[in-house]
Amino acid sequence: MIQLALVIDLNVCVGCHACVTSCKEWNTSGEAGYMSDDRPYGEDPTGNFFNRVQTFEVGEFPNTETVHFPKSCLHCEDPPCVPVCPTGASYKRPEDGIVLVDYDKCIGCKYCAWACPYGVREIDEHQKVMKKCTLCVDRIYDKSLPQAERKPACVMACPTNARLFGDVHDPDSEVSVAISENGGYALMPEWGTKPANHYLPRRKTRIKIHDDELMRADNPLKKEGVRPKPDVHEPSLDDVTSW
Amino acid sequence: MHPAFSVIFLTTLIGAGQGLFLALYTAQVYSTVELLPVPPSHFYVQGSAIALALLIGGLVASFFHLGHPERAWRSAARWRTSWLSREVIVLPALMGAVAVYGVVHHLNLRLKDLGFATSVDGDLALVVGAAAVALAFLLFLCTGMIYACIKFLQEWASWLTVVNYTLFGLASGFLLATAYAAYQAPALVYFFGAWTVIITLAVWVTRAASLIRNRRLKYKSTIQTAIGVRHARIVQKSQGFMGGSFNTRDFFHGAAPWLFRSIKWVFLVLVFPVPLVLLFNGMVDRSVPMLSSAFVIQYLGLLAERWYFFAQANHPQNIYYQTIS
Ligand code: SF4
Ligand code: SF4
Repeated sequence: MIQLALVIDLNVCVGCHACVTSCKEWNTSGEAGYMSDDRPYGEDPTGNFFNRVQTFEVGEFPNTETVHFPKSCLHCEDPPCVPVCPTGASYKRPEDGIVLVDYDKCIGCKYCAWACPYGVREIDEHQKVMKKCTLCVDRIYDKSLPQAERKPACVMACPTNARLFGDVHDPDSEVSVAISENGGYALMPEWGTKPANHYLPRRKTRIKIHDDELMRADNPLKKEGVRPKPDVHEPSLDDVTSW
Repeated sequence: MHPAFSVIFLTTLIGAGQGLFLALYTAQVYSTVELLPVPPSHFYVQGSAIALALLIGGLVASFFHLGHPERAWRSAARWRTSWLSREVIVLPALMGAVAVYGVVHHLNLRLKDLGFATSVDGDLALVVGAAAVALAFLLFLCTGMIYACIKFLQEWASWLTVVNYTLFGLASGFLLATAYAAYQAPALVYFFGAWTVIITLAVWVTRAASLIRNRRLKYKSTIQTAIGVRHARIVQKSQGFMGGSFNTRDFFHGAAPWLFRSIKWVFLVLVFPVPLVLLFNGMVDRSVPMLSSAFVIQYLGLLAERWYFFAQANHPQNIYYQTIS
């Protein structure tokens, strides 16, 4: 069974929101669109997004770290949003594990949004149906695109390569290797939703240098050794003084 | 959660309708075994009509919650997994059963008209009513489980939610039955009144239990599990957008803390002591206005109770929507 998913590397994400705008651009003009906005240039703008980048500060000044945190539907393997839907508009595709909403069936009751702990479903205030990330299902199978571009729009846009896309059930896929080698984790594991999307943690690269790696103990010419300090009365810089 | 008035009216109106019907049926059972005087049949007919009107009122209110009410029929599709879908099936079924119950009383139909003669008066109504009773309790279960089944809405995820929905509906329905009996069948006033007192006291206890439970809740989701970083001090600096979104509107009640707190006291006063005092005086004086105002005041209290029920629930998604910046 295939389970497509995103792996998001928090070590690399710089919080540029390129994935947000790219997602909106692709999807508002694609099959999942449009994604309505209200008062985009007004005082109180609001709109429909599938992906948001949030920022968290970890630690206390001066020892802080800024974590940029992109969040979209995690395409849970046991999605609590699906069984609660009374119409069957919310469903999980058996063939690739993508969780989708059928806009023609959705009655806009918002129950699925209540049943998602991650706050990634957003009702479209104009079309009155529930919307969420589709993993660019209208892109990733598009044979008219070159193979390298059959990826979600956010993955294509990310300038730092913080977003990987692939089958997390295939142990040899790029995403599975990234998860297992870099300590990939799921969000809110306490609810048993088994999110397919994973996050890679912040990682520090450190090397330990020992003293004897800086100073050679067996230095024959003692070039780097501590030199004996000559007495002030001693003659200096002649051939009897050995340094 | 943001309390939606459509859902507040839906749950309170159908609760009263279910309770009123259950009160009527209880009275019929008691009078069949001659524990109560037999009321005139128009008592049941008009009573069923009132119950039906309340159920219809609730259904109409629920449509205001939907983005696409014209597709509402689709929501019966997933009854295998969704409590909402089950409610959507049981509510019209109950409406139908209550309507038939009223018609059977009105036409005074008997089982012998269908070919099974019995010696019991109103036997067909008892049979139809029994089915409606089952549906009414099933509807309480569905309504309560819609909320109780979302396990991460920890304030709701408890059997107390189902119990409270059931008992609140019964209390308000029996209170309405008391007022209605004072007007149509005075001999039944004390019967309905006594049950109202018992149920109201019971739900006072169970609602207090859920308030206490909610005060002691320990939330399983924290900002640490939400973003998967293990550090004692994490604060959100930006939720990713400056304006509002569905997530900032639909999951926060938005009321000032003093208002939020006072709504709790408003409902605790309006649902329990005030109606009980009015009910007592109304029963003693056989006063229809006093009993009716007891029902209306309790209904207003129940609106406040439902508002508080929604507002008090803390959705874990709120962790992600704390800071605009
Ligand atoms: S992240 Fe939310 S919307 Fe997406 S599959 Fe999981 S529960 Fe459903
Ligand atoms: S809003 Fe639409 S997708 Fe969500 S539960 Fe209701 S009908 Fe299903």
